[in-house]
Amino acid sequence: MSGIHLHYDVPGDDFTRAGEASGSVKKALRQLGIPAEVIRKVAIAMYEGEINMVIHAYGGTVDVEVTGEDITMVLKDTGPGIEDIDRAMTAGYSTAPDNVRSLGFGAGMGLPNMKKYTDEMTVESEVGVGTTVTMKVYITPKA
Amino acid sequence: MTVQDIKEILECEVITKDTDLSREVHTACGSDMMSDVLAFVKDQSVLLTGLINPQVVRTADMMDMVCIVFVRGKEPNEDVVELAEERGIVMMKTRYRMFTACGLLYDNGLRGGCER
Repeated sequence: MSGIHLHYDVPGDDFTRAGEASGSVKKALRQLGIPAEVIRKVAIAMYEGEINMVIHAYGGTVDVEVTGEDITMVLKDTGPGIEDIDRAMTAGYSTAPDNVRSLGFGAGMGLPNMKKYTDEMTVESEVGVGTTVTMKVYITPKA
Repeated sequence: MTVQDIKEILECEVITKDTDLSREVHTACGSDMMSDVLAFVKDQSVLLTGLINPQVVRTADMMDMVCIVFVRGKEPNEDVVELAEERGIVMMKTRYRMFTACGLLYDNGLRGGCER
């Protein structure tokens, strides 16, 4: 099992559909026989990322690469970008509008949760251009 | 404790069709903030919430939760119920408010699962 690639478009205008891609990835990984603990980490990290894309960036794309060793997710958007990445990574810090909080999100836990559940994570962002988040989860823990 | 026990303790009405009430649950979590729910992974959990949008089901699904209990007698629309049925998640509603519902379950042995 090497080099399986999945691609998803995340629509930016429909909050009710946010998480569809993560749900599909979860199902696909289960069919590939990936351990449940690994699937859960991938699903949660990607779901948070997807929610971020819908709240902040009018949607985007997700590319998932599955190899024998790890699962890599690349979430790319052409949204407003993140001004201060360090601050955005701080638990509890949020720039989400109030209406998002009434939907159960915007607690400032998105990026911290994504970091928590992945083994590697990088955030590249340019204000006015967009954001790319790359996350990796190891299938077999590295020593 | 099983999902059936929760149904009895909270005097719940089951909303989803053809769902399995015999599944064992050990831990639960009560929150209207889905991001906070996602911050703590624990097996076989129950989610108590007053939020009724589709993201409640998606959050429960990502966390491999088996049961969602809506507090304060809230009930989601059909699309949300269907989403739960597709995923085999039991959905119930109780007239109790969040604090009381959580307290009753805790009193009967269910725990949070993330106490340190």
